[in-house]
Amino acid sequence: MTTTDPQPAQLSGLDQSPDGDPTGEPLLQVTDLKTNFTSDRGRVQAVRGVTFTLDRGKTLGIVGESGSGKSVLARSIMGLMPSNATRTGSVRYGGEEILNAPLKVMREYWGDQMSMVFQDPMTALNPVMRVSKQITESIHEHLDVSKDYADESALKILESVGIPEAKRRLRQYPHELSGGMRQRVMIAIALACGPKLLFADEPTTALDVTVQAQILDLLQEQQRERFMAVMLVTHDLGVVAGRADDIAVMYAGQIVERAPARTLFAEMAHPYTEALLQSIPKLEMPNHTRLQAIGGRPPDLVNPPQGCKFAPRCPYAQDKCREVEPPLEEHGTPGHAFACYYPVNSAEGAEALARNRAAHVPAANTTDPTAVVS
Amino acid sequence: MAGIGTAHLRPPDETLLQVEHLVVEFPAGRRGLKVNAVTDVSIDVKPGETLGLVGESGCGKSTTGKAILQLPPPTSGTVTFDGKKLSSTSGESLRRLRTQLQMIFQDPISSLNPRRRVEDIIAEGLSIWQIGDKDSRSKKVDDMLLTVGLDPAVARGRRPFQFSGGQCQRISIARAVMTEPKLSICDEPVSALDVSVQAQILNLLEDMKERYGLTLIYIAHDLAVVKNDSDRVAVMYLGRICEVGNPNVLYQQPAHPYTSALLSAIPVPNPEVRPEDRQSLAGEIPSPVSPPSGCRFRTRCPRAEEKCAAEVPEIRPIGDDQFVACHFPLSPNDTVPPTEVVGASTSGATVG
Amino acid sequence: MTDLASASTGLQTGIVLADVEPDDGITKKKLPFGAYLAGGWMILLIVAILGASYLPLSDPNESIAGLKEVAPFQVSGHVLGGDGNGRDLLARTIYGARISMEVAVCAVLFGLFIGGALGLLSGYYRGKVGNVLVSLFDILLAIPPLVLALALVAVLKGDPSADNGLPTVLILILALGIVSIPILARITRANTLAWAQRDFVTAARAQGAKNSRIILREILPNVLPSMISISLLGIAVTIIAEGGLGILGVSVEPPTATWGTIIADGRTALRDSPFIVFIPCIAIFLTVLSLNYLGDVVRDRFDVRESAL
Repeated sequence: MTTTDPQPAQLSGLDQSPDGDPTGEPLLQVTDLKTNFTSDRGRVQAVRGVTFTLDRGKTLGIVGESGSGKSVLARSIMGLMPSNATRTGSVRYGGEEILNAPLKVMREYWGDQMSMVFQDPMTALNPVMRVSKQITESIHEHLDVSKDYADESALKILESVGIPEAKRRLRQYPHELSGGMRQRVMIAIALACGPKLLFADEPTTALDVTVQAQILDLLQEQQRERFMAVMLVTHDLGVVAGRADDIAVMYAGQIVERAPARTLFAEMAHPYTEALLQSIPKLEMPNHTRLQAIGGRPPDLVNPPQGCKFAPRCPYAQDKCREVEPPLEEHGTPGHAFACYYPVNSAEGAEALARNRAAHVPAANTTDPTAVVS
Repeated sequence: MAGIGTAHLRPPDETLLQVEHLVVEFPAGRRGLKVNAVTDVSIDVKPGETLGLVGESGCGKSTTGKAILQLPPPTSGTVTFDGKKLSSTSGESLRRLRTQLQMIFQDPISSLNPRRRVEDIIAEGLSIWQIGDKDSRSKKVDDMLLTVGLDPAVARGRRPFQFSGGQCQRISIARAVMTEPKLSICDEPVSALDVSVQAQILNLLEDMKERYGLTLIYIAHDLAVVKNDSDRVAVMYLGRICEVGNPNVLYQQPAHPYTSALLSAIPVPNPEVRPEDRQSLAGEIPSPVSPPSGCRFRTRCPRAEEKCAAEVPEIRPIGDDQFVACHFPLSPNDTVPPTEVVGASTSGATVG
Repeated sequence: MTDLASASTGLQTGIVLADVEPDDGITKKKLPFGAYLAGGWMILLIVAILGASYLPLSDPNESIAGLKEVAPFQVSGHVLGGDGNGRDLLARTIYGARISMEVAVCAVLFGLFIGGALGLLSGYYRGKVGNVLVSLFDILLAIPPLVLALALVAVLKGDPSADNGLPTVLILILALGIVSIPILARITRANTLAWAQRDFVTAARAQGAKNSRIILREILPNVLPSMISISLLGIAVTIIAEGGLGILGVSVEPPTATWGTIIADGRTALRDSPFIVFIPCIAIFLTVLSLNYLGDVVRDRFDVRESAL
């Protein structure tokens, strides 16, 4: 962190200068981050070694199913962890190691430097506190400003997140707002102190498609205006496709593929990424088209299987996959890394798929699931 | 009247369910205000057909679904199911008729009783009506669990909280199909699930439909999800029908500006499509306590004119099996179907 | 290879036979240490109550010479000493527990039955009847419970000169039971309201279940744990209330002992022999604490995890 002094410019959201870090370090650098939870059943390996960097003004999309560790990753970076969690590795923010920073230090980062927009605004907002108070609370926490100044900033920020009649809304309680408005308030709270890094954890999953589009547009607009780094966590590749600069696909607590958005879609390599994409119903498909679902479910993170964690569900998997876990390495286009021995759209992949199909088609039924069991 | 009319209904003798002029109102707090949840909605479903009912939260789609089941009965309007008027049936005969109509809910947690075992949950319909003896019921439960893709040996003795969201939805589907209903109403069955699990459940519904000859009403807020399973789609806005049609037509050439807005809001998994370039629907759905006069969509409609505030548009045919309730519908030239933007590629791996 | 087979099938069909989470649900939760202590005291108490006649105890109503106001651990054979009339305190406390517990448990069971039923019905049907019932509960709750109990005892006893009334124990049970009805009904109703909103209730109705079946099979099992938990608290409160009635002199007739009447009798000698009052007080304290604690344990234990998501 370079500065903790209150800067009025941050309040108005006009702090557009790139972070003046002379070392040229990225804003956020995560190296081999591992997060474990102790539970009755044993140690849950929720995040199993994640490495990436994120610069100011960029959006990183983190995509994966429930249980892939994507939300835990965001919370691990921010340090919002329950007491039964342990983290190892390194999280550098603006060149400073913050992984084991004491709570007192982290409090200065939260809100001021980094903040988070949660999935469910109804539970994330305090139901018995007026909107105005919830926004000004963090302003007062970090900036030594007068009450009037804070109130004025709250109004400004509420207007900037597209809330009509902002003055009236300030006096309302969360339950008086619609789902979309609540999420806008959440974003306003997150942006109140002008953070440089914003985590958005499934910010639109609880919302209608139309409102989802509005909220995502808002996030993007705010990001550009404030030159923030954004980590957008979602289970839907469609949400991040046009909005993220880079996309990291997570499975079983690890990144299995990472690339600039365009590269990812153009040169998709990991079978899991492909499967995620194929499971999205597409408008151009005629009705009653059979969707390509991913069978099975993510592995048990207490006892993850040996080898590639996706192998039990992967149509490309070979014996090698089940024995040795493939490393996440860059191949081909610069910046495109994936962890797979038999990538999609490669000769090895095609061969592996053909081998599996040849071996199993006679036994397995192709279309009727009822026949599988009868 | 408004977004009204029955032009899109088919002859009653061809349909399994016919809903005419359905109105559902709730009291809204003090001062005798009321929520106009559903205002004059008419829909019908042919046997074996799937009707998709789409709209934003608060458009009255779920209320319509529940009103069809008479849970609670609508304020006015008729619901004719299999030749019988549900709206004028009550008591014991309604209880008997209801078994022909089943519902699958959005929230996989809320829709299963946490204290009961899966086998009891699924066998409930059989046990209420004393169908078969204990052994035959148990056998049926096993078969049904297998059909929905759960291992009976593992699943039947467990309670709902031991399952994932997708698995709970499978249990819900099993329960709904157990009594072999003629019509099932699915209220957002996948919107609480991950995309990957969504696809499993959508496929399962299709399979169950084929196997049990189900007729479905599929309620959702996401047009993309509805398209896959539907034979006919009805778009609702603020308690009224906007547009009805065959999905393959409706999605290519939406005639109602609201349908078009819903379509363009769907996130496209293609980085070449910049979301900000697409028209997105501004504002929020108005309060159903005091809905706008005339066409209810006019406050958010880019094409609204004076007439829209004065006159309620009546639903009328606009194309082959396509009906719209709009004074100024979009013509095929006005719309840019999303498919053209996406390009011809359908295989995800090679998009872009 | 079977894994692979099912996986590739799954990819095409979306169906893979369930691998359900391991069964680590509610069954293996460890009981807290305090639960054993609380349970131990309750078992000891119940054994003592049931086996009182077989225990080597003096007659609780017999005045023994030389035992008047004798402190505990002074005279062998009378461990807890004697009260103002020279009666054995251990015997009186145990026989007293018998009536105190009998009154408390029966009163709460009575209250639970009536209050629970009213709560379930008013929560499920709501509407006008529900509103009337709720207003009634509110009125009853507004009256201080001890005053209400006193009034009820007075009414039920009728004319003290005419000896045709109900047995005093039954009167106490009825009075304290009626006092507990509104509390139990309110809590049952609040829980019922929440559960009746759930989709599974709608699903059951859609399957043609009758209201009685829905209430008994779908709602009651979900409401029951909190009813039991609150009933255990209710027993504790009723023990204290019976003590209050005893002090006010409207509990069972002398010389029959209850914890309340022992305290009432001991009041006069509070200055010189405080132990007479303290002994039943300690018994009440331990019992109420144990019941409260067990109530919490019951609630936690039946608090199902609703989701594995």
